[in-house]
Amino acid sequence: MKRQKLRLSDMSEEERKPLVHLENEELMPLPAPLDDPAKDHNWTPLSAQAQERYECALDDTIAVSIPQPKSREEEQELVRKFLSGLEKLFTKENNWTFLQPLLLTMEHCAKCQTCSEACHIFEASGRNELYRPTYRSEIVRRLYFKYVKRGGLVSAWQHGEIKLNWPLVARLIELSYRCNLCRRCAQTCPIGADNGLVAHELRKLFSQEMGIAAKEIHDNGSMLQLKVGSSTGMNAEAVKDNIAFIDEDISEKTGVEVKTPWDVEGAEILLIHNAGEILAWPENPGAFALVLNAAGISWTMSSELAGYDSINYGVWYDDAQFARVALKHAQAARKLKVKKIVLGECGHAHKALSVIADRILGGDLNIPRESSMTLLREIVVGGRLKLDPTRNNFPVTLHDPCNLVRLMGVVEPQREVVRKLCPQFREMEPHGVDNYCCGGGSGFAIMSGNNFPDWRFHVSGRKKLEQILNAFQDCLDPSIPKYICAPCSNCKGQFRDMLAYYDLWKRNSILYGGLVELIVNAMTDVKPGFIEWEWR
Amino acid sequence: MMTTIFVYCCLYLAALVFVVACAVRAVFYARLPLHLRWELYPVPHEEAARVEHGGSYFEVTNWWEKPLRFNWIGEWKAMLPEMLFQKALWEFNRTLWFLSFPFHFGLYLLIGATGLLGGRAVLTLWAPGLMAGDIGMALRYANAVGFAAGAVLATVGALSLMARRLTDANLQIYTTAGDLFNLLFFIVTLGCLAGGYVDRPAGSPPALAVARGFITFDAGLHLPPLLATGLILSALLTAYIPMTHMSHFIAKYFTYHAVRWDDRPNLQGSDLARRVAEYLTYRPRWAAPHVGADGVKTWAEIASANPAQGGRK
Repeated sequence: MKRQKLRLSDMSEEERKPLVHLENEELMPLPAPLDDPAKDHNWTPLSAQAQERYECALDDTIAVSIPQPKSREEEQELVRKFLSGLEKLFTKENNWTFLQPLLLTMEHCAKCQTCSEACHIFEASGRNELYRPTYRSEIVRRLYFKYVKRGGLVSAWQHGEIKLNWPLVARLIELSYRCNLCRRCAQTCPIGADNGLVAHELRKLFSQEMGIAAKEIHDNGSMLQLKVGSSTGMNAEAVKDNIAFIDEDISEKTGVEVKTPWDVEGAEILLIHNAGEILAWPENPGAFALVLNAAGISWTMSSELAGYDSINYGVWYDDAQFARVALKHAQAARKLKVKKIVLGECGHAHKALSVIADRILGGDLNIPRESSMTLLREIVVGGRLKLDPTRNNFPVTLHDPCNLVRLMGVVEPQREVVRKLCPQFREMEPHGVDNYCCGGGSGFAIMSGNNFPDWRFHVSGRKKLEQILNAFQDCLDPSIPKYICAPCSNCKGQFRDMLAYYDLWKRNSILYGGLVELIVNAMTDVKPGFIEWEWR
Repeated sequence: MMTTIFVYCCLYLAALVFVVACAVRAVFYARLPLHLRWELYPVPHEEAARVEHGGSYFEVTNWWEKPLRFNWIGEWKAMLPEMLFQKALWEFNRTLWFLSFPFHFGLYLLIGATGLLGGRAVLTLWAPGLMAGDIGMALRYANAVGFAAGAVLATVGALSLMARRLTDANLQIYTTAGDLFNLLFFIVTLGCLAGGYVDRPAGSPPALAVARGFITFDAGLHLPPLLATGLILSALLTAYIPMTHMSHFIAKYFTYHAVRWDDRPNLQGSDLARRVAEYLTYRPRWAAPHVGADGVKTWAEIASANPAQGGRK
C-alpha cells in the first residue's frame, strides 16, 4: 500500500479500515546486523476474530481491544461519555492534578513541530504522520476549543475544525496508546507544551470516565495489585515463599549466606522491588539482599498489601488508581516505622512514588523516598564492599530509564557505579536526560495482546535498538559477551522480548540485566560468575 | 483633526486592553490549582555541579536532611538565552530558528525602539536642552537603527514563516486560517507602518513629533493616511495578541517555572501541603465504576478506597 499523507479529518473517517499501514522498508534503517529490511520479521496480521470483534481502524495493531458498538445508539452514547469526560478534564474538581499543564499545552502550542524531531516513535516509523506527537494533540486541541470552550465559527477559523464521531473517539483511544509517555518531545518544546501529557490525560479520560484501559495495566495491573498485593498475582505468602527460594538459591550460587528480612519494625530502609523481578529475574532481588547485608545496612521488606510490589501502573492512565497504590506503599512504610523507602530497579515506580505522589503524601505518610541507584553508589563508591572490576571485563552499556533520568534527574549515581566496576563501559548516544525510551514505556513492555509486540519491536523500540547496536558495533562478534545494564524492570522486559525477537543473544551475544548484578559479579567475597551468560 | 484623535484613542485603548488581557490571562494561570509534580530534567536551578548532567537532588543520599540551594545563576543562565535568542529552537529546530528568530528579535527591537522613542519624546518636552545636544543625536540614531532593523527583521521573519507554513508539508495540515491571518496581520501592519513613514509627504511630522503628539494629545498633528492606517493596525494587533496563542510569552513563564522546573519537595509544614489539603476535599464526578466518584465522596476518600476489595481499606 502506498503511503498517503494523513489529514486530521481522516480520524473521523466512518469506514472501519486502518488509517495507516507500515512496511518494513519505510521504517528507520537499523545498523548491522539488522540493516536489511527484507530480512526483518513480517508483521503478524490481526486475526479475523480480532478484526470482527474490536475497533481496529487506526493502524496495523490494537493495544486496547475496544469492543465494537452494536448499534448507532451505543456509538452515540460512547461519544456522549467521551464529551462528558473531556469537559471534566478541564475542571479543577475533577482534574486539579494536571489542569494547569494541560491548559497551557492546549492553548499555546505554536505547531512548529520541533517536538516531532525528538520523538523516537515518529522517527522510527519512517516519519509517519499518525505518530507525530502533535497529530494526537492537535485533534484534542480542536475538540477542546470546540466543545469545552464552546467556540463558534470564529474559533473554528482560528483553531481549526474537527468532526466528532465514534470512529474518531475509537481511534483516539488506540492512539493514546501509541506514545511511551517518555516526554522527550516536551523537553525540546520551545514553548514548554507537553504532548506526552496530552496522551496521558487522554488515557485518564478513557479510564476514569468510560472505564476503558489496556487490560494489562488495569484489570491485570492496578486492580490485581489492589486485590492481592501485586500485579504478578502473588499474595504475601507467595512472595515470601519465592523470596525464601531466591535466598537459598543465591546463597548456594555465591557461597554467601543470604537472608531477606521481612516486616522488621524500625528498620532504616523499606526496600520495595517491582515484584516482576521476583518472578522474571530472581537474581536481581537476590543480589540486592546480598549487597545490603554485606554492606551492613538495616533494611526490610514488607508483606503488607502492595508493600512488596513497587509498581504503580496508575501513573500511566488513571489518577485514582495511582493515588491508591501510592498510599498503600506509604502506609506499609509507616506501619514499619522505617526511616526511608528505597525503590528497587524500577523506573516508573521511582517517578510515581518519589516525584508524582510527593504532593499527595502528607502528614505521617510523607516518608522520604530514595533511589536504589543512590544507595548502591553510596555502598560501592564508599568502599563498603571488596570489589574486583576485572570480573566485569566485558563490554557494558547503560540504558537510562526515562522515568528515572529525564523525569527524576537520577543520572550520575548508576554511572559512577558502572564506571568504577566495568572497564569496558561505553555510553549510548545520546544518553542521560537526552536518552531514548526503550520502547516499552507507559505499559507497552507488559502489553502483548494480539500483534502489539510487532509494533512494539518494529516501531517504539527501534530507536533504542539502533542505540544498542551502535554502542556494540566494535564487538558484535558472538564470541564476545555484551551486557546492557538496564536498571528498570519494564525496560528489561522490553529488552528481553526485543532481543529475542531479533535473536540478538544467539547472533551477537547481547545480554541484558540490572545494575546490582554487576556489583555482585564484581564482589571478591562471592564465587566468580554471578552473571550467567545464558538466555532467560 | 479627527483622524489623529482617533489614532491616539486606538493606541491608548489598545495599550489598556493589552495590559488588562495579559494580566487576566496570567492571573488565570497563576490561580489554577497546584498540580502534581511533573518536572523535566535538566532543572537549571539545581546545584551547578548537577545542572551540567541534568541531575537532581534525588542523586544525594538522604537529600531531605540537606539544605536545598536554589541556583539563581543557573536559572538565569537558562532563561536569558531562551528569552532573547530562542535557544531551544536553535538547538532542536535550527531551520525554523533562522525564520523565527529574526521575526521575534525584530519585534523586540521594535518594542525597544518604541520605548526609546517615547523616552525621547518625554525628554524633549521636559529637558529640551539635553536632547538638543550629542546625547539627543545619539539616541536619534539609535532609534532609527532600532526601527529600521526591527522592521526589516520582523517583516522578513513573518514573510518567511508564512512561506514555510504554506509550503512545508509538515506544517500544512496543522496550519489553520487563523495562523495565516496572524502572520498576515503582522506583515500588513509592519508594511503600513514602514511604508507610511518612509513614503510620508514633505512636511509630515517625524516620528519624534508623532510620539510627542501622542503624549500631549496634540490634535493639530497631521498624520499621513498610510502611517495612520499602520498605527491603527498596530493598535488592533496589540489588543489582539493576548487573546490568542501568541500570548505564549505569558504561558512560557508558567510552562517553565510552574511545570518543567517546579521540583519543590513537599516538606512537612510547607505551603504546598496546605494547598493540596484543600484539593483533597474536592468532589469529583468521574463516571467509571472503579473510580467510585459520586459527587459526594471527596478526592481523599476516593484515593483511600479500594475498588478491588469492595470498600474502604
